[in-house]
Amino acid sequence: MADSAGLPADLLPPRFADWFASRGWSPRAHQLAMIERARAGRDSLLIAPTGGGKTLAGFLPTLIDLASQPPSNGPTSLHTLYISPLKALAVDVERNLNAPIAQMGLRITAESRTGDTGISRRQRQRVKPPEILLTTPEQLALLCAWEGARLYFENLECVILDEIHTLHASKRGDLLALDLARISQFAPRMRRVGLSATVDDPEVIKAWMADHAKGGNDTIDLVRGPPGAEPVVEVLLSEGKVPWAGHTAQHAMQEVYDVIAKSRTALVFVNTRFQAEFAFQELWRLNEDALPIALHHGSLAAEQRRKVEAAMARGELRAVVCTSTLDLGIDWGDVDLVIQLASPKGASRMVQRIGRANHRLDEPSRALFVPANRFEMLECQAAREAIAENKLDGDPPRLGALDVLAQHVMGCACSEPFDMLRLYDEVTSSGPYRALPWEDFEQVVDFVSTGGYALKTYDRFRRIVKGQDGLWRVRNLETAQRHRLNVGAIVSPAMLAVRIAMRGGRGGRKIGEIEEGMVEMLEPGETFVFAGQVWRLVAVTNLDVLVQPAPGADPKMPSWGGSKFALSTYLAKRVRQLMYDQAHWSVLPADVREWLEAQRDRSLIPEEDEMLLETFARGHRQFMVCYPFEGRLAHTTLAMLLTRRLERMGRGPLGFVCNDYALAVWAIKPLEAVDFAELFDEDMLGDDLEAWLAESFMMKRAFKGCAIIAGLIERRFPGQTQKSGRQITFSTDLIYDTLRRHQPDHLLLRCARDDAATGLVDVARLGQMLARIKGRIRHSPLEHLSPFSVPILLEIGKERSPGHSGETMILREAEEDLIAEALQ
Amino acid sequence: MNALAERAFAYDYAVAECGSLRVTIGAAQAMLRASGALWLAAERALVVADLHLEKGSSYASRGQMLPPYDTRETLRRLAAEVTALTPAIIVLLGDTFHDRSSEDRLAADDAQRLRDLARGRTLIWVVGNHDADGPRALPGEVADELSLCGLILRHEPQAGLQPREVAGHLHPAARVRATRGSVRRRCFITDAERLILPAFGAYAGGLNVRDAAFAGLFARSPLAGALGRDRVHAVGWRSLGPD
Repeated sequence: MADSAGLPADLLPPRFADWFASRGWSPRAHQLAMIERARAGRDSLLIAPTGGGKTLAGFLPTLIDLASQPPSNGPTSLHTLYISPLKALAVDVERNLNAPIAQMGLRITAESRTGDTGISRRQRQRVKPPEILLTTPEQLALLCAWEGARLYFENLECVILDEIHTLHASKRGDLLALDLARISQFAPRMRRVGLSATVDDPEVIKAWMADHAKGGNDTIDLVRGPPGAEPVVEVLLSEGKVPWAGHTAQHAMQEVYDVIAKSRTALVFVNTRFQAEFAFQELWRLNEDALPIALHHGSLAAEQRRKVEAAMARGELRAVVCTSTLDLGIDWGDVDLVIQLASPKGASRMVQRIGRANHRLDEPSRALFVPANRFEMLECQAAREAIAENKLDGDPPRLGALDVLAQHVMGCACSEPFDMLRLYDEVTSSGPYRALPWEDFEQVVDFVSTGGYALKTYDRFRRIVKGQDGLWRVRNLETAQRHRLNVGAIVSPAMLAVRIAMRGGRGGRKIGEIEEGMVEMLEPGETFVFAGQVWRLVAVTNLDVLVQPAPGADPKMPSWGGSKFALSTYLAKRVRQLMYDQAHWSVLPADVREWLEAQRDRSLIPEEDEMLLETFARGHRQFMVCYPFEGRLAHTTLAMLLTRRLERMGRGPLGFVCNDYALAVWAIKPLEAVDFAELFDEDMLGDDLEAWLAESFMMKRAFKGCAIIAGLIERRFPGQTQKSGRQITFSTDLIYDTLRRHQPDHLLLRCARDDAATGLVDVARLGQMLARIKGRIRHSPLEHLSPFSVPILLEIGKERSPGHSGETMILREAEEDLIAEALQ
Repeated sequence: MNALAERAFAYDYAVAECGSLRVTIGAAQAMLRASGALWLAAERALVVADLHLEKGSSYASRGQMLPPYDTRETLRRLAAEVTALTPAIIVLLGDTFHDRSSEDRLAADDAQRLRDLARGRTLIWVVGNHDADGPRALPGEVADELSLCGLILRHEPQAGLQPREVAGHLHPAARVRATRGSVRRRCFITDAERLILPAFGAYAGGLNVRDAAFAGLFARSPLAGALGRDRVHAVGWRSLGPD
């Protein structure tokens, strides 16, 4: 289908053909194919790498259709809706779309609408919509929750969903799929057009975007763009210098700087904000040529980020150190190199990041992977080879979350009265909810109305009520207004403002915002880097973090800064393969090879499908180290469960530490005689898991997120403007504890459990891993520690992440401090 | 208070077998219970502050459907203390109801639970700012303040140093810091002269004891009794952080 040979010649009207010619371009095959699919009235999914004219391909049918309509003086109505995952992208596409509209002299209105759009423009857009509206999933949810949504969308011809691959497997994707089903009811003629980067399995995306009341995946035609030039990926070998452990890649900074100096413009990706700050510091320390190198991450003040983006767009920067905030978005033609500092974690994310270089199809993108330690060297090589073979990790298909559904049902009631059966049919026509049982839907509607409690005392406070006509409607206007203020499936962590400390303990100028969890890692008096400078923490007040400049101080680098992304299952498998295949070791630098050989000689290298487990004594402690390669989250859950079991076996476990590759547990009594098959038996995912999970802070955190999305807790109230995660007037932990005791099967506890199991504790992955290693644990009893175990043992004592440590231990330690104080 | 923190005061306290913290307030012996209740053994008096019954339904009436189980959860905890201690007197130290119409919203079985707790003993409602009138239909005596064991029991702590005062109202909570991290817990707070009780209600939130509302109330850096799982932990001022 990517071949234009079979397409009719008259697909492009003369005005459009002339425009292409005047630019010196010819339409690409996939662009013509999209016009042809639209003409046939078909839904379509276009898969093409970045830089292939993908967005234009999506819009061409709309432009042609609108250009062919006779001029009218009547009010315009919405013809095409474009949804982007990023506000900035919607604004950028508005600019890129208005250029050809102006150049061809078309009378078509195309406008963006995001949370940042001015009030007057947003109000006008509701009364007098543009023909093409470019917006975000959250704004669409809001439009769908307005009274009169049906009229607003009734003439809609087409919806274009951009960068679907970043959205579909998330709660934002759930919400968008529901709204898609909604507007299909309002506008039965509407075509669905998906745009996506290259993915492992297009059928997963088709299933997400398809109308399952009309035939599902078969209703969507797949159009593939040209593959583009193969990216050129190299791994920085840093011969003789690759460290055993750590996440900063400090050893390689000079090499990274030299590469930046030789490039036009480089994007330097890191995995965490702390790493971004650290790398930025280090590069400026080496920056004798005063190259314009900037910093970009989600904690910086918005105006500072906009400044960096604008300087980048003007081509004034040589490098930007950034986190996932720049994973997708605006097209910067001048970027010619992408540097990935520290571990890639997954092949798909890397392809996306590499695509940020050279947005021109005929030139290859260039990328450099910089491993921060020896295991990361294996991971980088595995990722490089996966990309060369065009093998990507797949997102597992997900079931739509019920907290998101609750929000949507409330939104529907705010827009117009609904019939429960018809709404059920509508909801189940969407991909993520196509298997939703009726009982779950009933429960969700009851939750929206009364909170869904077995104790029926809230009937008179119903938020939605069923009328005599059998239709459900919102209780009153105020309830609807409050719902609209709280629309969206993004739950951001509580943010604190970082301000310069003034006299009298007050806060002065604001430097940026920082996540609450990060502040918990720091004590007053300690130094840290933020917004490219070193600061000393003075105090934390209610909503402010007060700091003083501390130039020249050696900043603390929290060691948990591994990555918030887990190592993908697919990449982990490739790392295990590379480790096992000794003939393959030649791609590695000499010091890493020697490390592997030493491991082979002193302990062992496991077969590809085995899990290595080592036991040894060190000091007064007995150690067990195993290497599942399943990511920190799954390892932490596993370590918690193993510790419980070792306790029961009378081994006296004392502590554990985890990273993305391994976990180590230490105990009072020797561990080599433990029955490991029993210890690692899959039945640990039963009662042990439930008992631990119920008490864990991760469940409480997940519960809070679900409670906010489902509307149990409101983030914003009418008349209140400040946006902060801290404005909830009661503790969700208290609600969690009470609900768990009195109604353990409540809908939101179920949601929280599902979220924790897939996200925060990664139970699914742990289950697959336990099945994989059953009967394949290779035990290596040792006299001393092994070369592999060094990196994980080096992390002991550095770990101080909140919530993982026992709360009782903290209280006891503080008590001992009091005793010490009294005995002074 | 920071200047005072530099010289530690040696508090006289001990942990009892049940996990309670035994302290002296003025001349009275007091047991600070892990539940957040105060036990005055000399009078067999159980004192609890800030139950905020029907906070859940108060929010629900305004459209936030918090689980309606807070009252029964709070009463369950109170009943457990009554079973463990068989008090002669129960003192509810104010803000027992979350708002003025809470008593009307009380479920019939919850109201019965309260009556059962009062049976065979004296129930005293010290009234607070949220429930200034006391109960309408429920049993018990109503008082503005109360003298017991040489202590003065009232809802809202009075400004300045108030020797022998026991109060609630402020919902004290401690952010306890140690090298491995920090936890936030409800707490008792005392300087051996006066005592402020934590809120007992299931949904009652906490105010950090380093908040300005606590300034000037204590003669010296106070001792916090942070509520742990099954015991009260004595924590000194220098281990307490802001939120």
